Amino acid sequence: MLILSCPYCGIDAEETELAPGGEAHLKRFGPGSDDDAFEAYMFARKNPKGVHFERWRHAYGCGKWFLAARCTATLEVFGTYPAQSTEPPVEIVEKIKAKRPEWKGFS
Amino acid sequence: MSTRLKSGGRLIDRSAPLDFTFNGKRLRGCAGDTLASALLANDQMLLGRSFKYHRPRGLVASGAEEPNALVNLGQGARLEPNQRTTTTELFDGLEARSQNHWPSLDFDVGVVNNYAARLLPGGFYYKTFIHPRAAWKHFFEPIIRHSAGLGSAPKDRDADRYEQAYAFCDLLIVGGGVAGLQAALVAGRAGARVWLVEQTAHWGGRAPVDGDVVGGMPAADWVEAAVLELSAMDNVTLRLRCMAAGSYDHGYVLLDEKLADHTPGDGRPRHRLWRMRVGKILAATGAIERPLSFAGNDIPGVMLAGAVRDYAVNWAVSPGDRTVVVTNNDDAYRTAIVLKEAGLEVAAVIDARNIANGPLPERARALGIRVETGRAIARVKGGKRVEAVEICQQAGEGAASTTLSCDAVAMSGGWSPVVHLWSHCGGKLIWDESEAMFRPDATRPPLHADGTAMVLCAGAANGALRQAVADADAQVKIALQALGFEAESEEVPAHDVADESALEPVWIMPQGAGIALRSKMWLDFQNDVKVSDVQLAAREGYESVEHTKRYTTLGMATDQGKLSNINGLAVLADSLNAQIPQVGTTTFRPPYTPVPLGALAGEARGEIFQPLRKTPMHDWHQQNGAYFEPVGHWRRPYCFQRPGETPEQAVHREVKNTREALGLLDASTLGKIIVKGPDAGRFLDMLYTGVMSTLPIGKCRYGLMCNEQGFLSDDGVVARIDADTWLCHTTSGGADRIHAWMEDWLQCEWWDWQVFTANVTEQYAQVAVVGPNARKLLESLGGMDVSKEALPFMHWADGTLGGFACRVYRISFSGELSYEIAVPASQGAAFWALLHKAGAAFGAMPYGTEALHVMRAEKGFIMIGDETDGTIIPQDLGLDWAISKKKPDYLGKRGQERSFLANPDRWKLVGFETLDGSVIEDGAYIPEHGVNANNQRRVQGRVTSTYHSPTLGRGIAMGLLRQGPARMGEVVEFTRMDGGVTPARVVDPVFFDKDGEKQNV
Repeated sequence: MLILSCPYCGIDAEETELAPGGEAHLKRFGPGSDDDAFEAYMFARKNPKGVHFERWRHAYGCGKWFLAARCTATLEVFGTYPAQSTEPPVEIVEKIKAKRPEWKGFS
Repeated sequence: MSTRLKSGGRLIDRSAPLDFTFNGKRLRGCAGDTLASALLANDQMLLGRSFKYHRPRGLVASGAEEPNALVNLGQGARLEPNQRTTTTELFDGLEARSQNHWPSLDFDVGVVNNYAARLLPGGFYYKTFIHPRAAWKHFFEPIIRHSAGLGSAPKDRDADRYEQAYAFCDLLIVGGGVAGLQAALVAGRAGARVWLVEQTAHWGGRAPVDGDVVGGMPAADWVEAAVLELSAMDNVTLRLRCMAAGSYDHGYVLLDEKLADHTPGDGRPRHRLWRMRVGKILAATGAIERPLSFAGNDIPGVMLAGAVRDYAVNWAVSPGDRTVVVTNNDDAYRTAIVLKEAGLEVAAVIDARNIANGPLPERARALGIRVETGRAIARVKGGKRVEAVEICQQAGEGAASTTLSCDAVAMSGGWSPVVHLWSHCGGKLIWDESEAMFRPDATRPPLHADGTAMVLCAGAANGALRQAVADADAQVKIALQALGFEAESEEVPAHDVADESALEPVWIMPQGAGIALRSKMWLDFQNDVKVSDVQLAAREGYESVEHTKRYTTLGMATDQGKLSNINGLAVLADSLNAQIPQVGTTTFRPPYTPVPLGALAGEARGEIFQPLRKTPMHDWHQQNGAYFEPVGHWRRPYCFQRPGETPEQAVHREVKNTREALGLLDASTLGKIIVKGPDAGRFLDMLYTGVMSTLPIGKCRYGLMCNEQGFLSDDGVVARIDADTWLCHTTSGGADRIHAWMEDWLQCEWWDWQVFTANVTEQYAQVAVVGPNARKLLESLGGMDVSKEALPFMHWADGTLGGFACRVYRISFSGELSYEIAVPASQGAAFWALLHKAGAAFGAMPYGTEALHVMRAEKGFIMIGDETDGTIIPQDLGLDWAISKKKPDYLGKRGQERSFLANPDRWKLVGFETLDGSVIEDGAYIPEHGVNANNQRRVQGRVTSTYHSPTLGRGIAMGLLRQGPARMGEVVEFTRMDGGVTPARVVDPVFFDKDGEKQNV
């Protein structure tokens, strides 16, 4: 039962208020893309033990989608940020680097 | 014999006697007793039978760790199996029955297993019941099921009620012993919101029993003063009988508070389940004593030394007249001293260590107690009761030198911290060589959301077995600092306990015991796992402690290994020639002690098990014979039964009446989503397979939605309201999902598009007015022009009907002349009533979802969830016409281009007509010759919708068939449950009014 802060309404929301949406920062591959690219977009998801970026929706709150940076092993939350982001904000990346020196960085 | 002492008993009130029964026998205890202490006071030592060998079992412990003394408590609607007598408070009229024996506790036939024990080694089930395969189901399983199991499951509905509550605090302190109380005092004075919970009915824990001195006064007095001070603090909440069952992610804790277990039927909820979010958990949960492994350590009368002390001091009960204490540490001497001072006989203290000269052993000697060092118990003699012990050298192989007669044995193998709350969420343990125990490793705690420690342990739970108060003081200050509170600088109360010299780890007694002795040394008393079983598992290659646990069932009993785990893994480590920390522990999982299912369910039972969605017309339906079916969280009328009708007859009448006269359908559950904005048309073109941006204002269009894999997800009619507004109808079950789907794409992919969505499903009531008389009814109401010219098929218009402002859609899911009319939800019931009143002259009848299904199937219309199952693309269903070929992109387009979806062998939608007019069974397959790689019959298709058509007077069906549309006229065979087949001809899926003339009048 995680608690994540919704970056839109500012509420620390319990997991029962949230709907999970899987891996964040996916790039969509539509018509014209080759089979490998489409397969990777559709099915190949990261499943790291450690730092991970995820989509969550404040479904029983403000209804907004947001993104969360989280450690899948310890459940430590490094930060949440708006879904309208193409990559994690610098301050969250810096925070993760400070706390997880072995982390290879966002890719 | 065990008996009540003439004086003493700090928890009992001798002036308040309580009557209770055990196996029908009337017995008497007194207020403050637990069921266990009251049974012991009545010399009831034999309390149950073990799980596998049905050996006699008596009390071992005095608290939550008790593995043996479980009973069926109460009867009828208040029967609770597997209740621990040690944690059950006695009340007047309590009824208890022993478990797991037949025909009686004293004479149990199942004990023959005991004599066949050599044939029932560890892993016995796995080895024996593999062959022959059929024997498992028909022979072994029924016998095992009969002989296994402990209590009997209640048959009646639970008479009690349960409630749940939420709470929040900065610091949750679990355990009301001196450590927990000191922590609460410090945190309370610092101003933190504190909860202090204690699983028993008393504050103070072990310190008052052990005669500790805290803050210069007897522990009991200090505890009383501490509770008094805490009670006066507004920021501190105290709860007795409240057990922290588990710690979960990010400070979530479940607590089970026993409100009325000891006062059944007084009207209060039996339990209250607290769901808490806390800043930090401070686990001051104490420690549990370990048994020693010697032959016959399971015979009734062999108990933990600490428990013997508890019974004597707390309840003035002596487990025996003549007790032998056996130990590897100094603490157990306290038991010998307590018994001696209570006027009882202590035959000897058998100490496995070669030297015992600390203050406690010296005091015991001074009291005249015989102390035998370097010695061990070779075996305990007795059947249903200890009769004597044979003494030998600990260093030897068990040759007995002396026999001591006694009727109780108090054993102590040291203490293990209760680290459950620390470990539930991943806190790691460290092996403490000096105390031979696992304790929390403060450098690897379970983490909170911010990455700081979520749990801290204090006192004995932290491994501070003797300086609990000082340790708790230090730990709570660490917690307070992390939470941002400043602790007042007060002096830590002195905690004076006798010095103890080091224990000596003793995992088997005597050290060189042979197999005969080892196969009578119990590790897990309830599940009958012995030292020899674990050693056998190790020999057979079970090196992992988790595998050994499952192979031998060690620690899998209802006490979840509270007594057996450390001893078991020490034996395993020894057998593997490994160090204990290398072997590690099994995983600690919640709950700490069992929580009733009723408490977990709380109020969610009966009518309020889950909230129901009801349309504005729900009451009318209920009053008019509706036979409801669940549709998502909605309840929709399946049909409206008239007196004497079966549901099937009602459906047939409703279909015929709608086709011949007039039917009214409550279509309010239909999803309605408004999509609005400058980019709304562009957005809908991405969402639907067809083109919605070109839909003229005032018109309707049917559309399909697919997921990114291209599989059909939802369908419905879209209406263009104005230049930048569309109304999308979804399936009844799909409204919330599709709305979320829209928001997902708008917020996460096309966030620069200017579109708003609103799910207005519940804002409107919607009625389908269907049948040849539909227009006549609406015209009789008056208000707006509903003629063919003014409102053609697939158009909509706003207006009024019978004085109700409404929006009317000319759409049809039945093939009849049909109007779907939306009115504000608040007016739905009134509008529905008006339609019935005015419709009577035109033969109006309500119809339900089944008539709707039959009529749409007669027309060959697909239903999401019937014709689709998440693996079907629109092209499979012959819906190519609804897919735009011109659009460069829509959700699912790339997925549909995958090569395997173009395979001509895919199953495609066709209709089926049985040769004899019968109805194809639901879910029937169309097999073909041959078998697949798994030796299963090959199939070439299946039915998706199958009904009796009242209109046509015969069975009709739709289904998916390999190369279906190319096989028109062919006869295929459907499976039947009775093993036969139903032959059917492949036909067009539209069975009725193929040209659509009826709807377009």
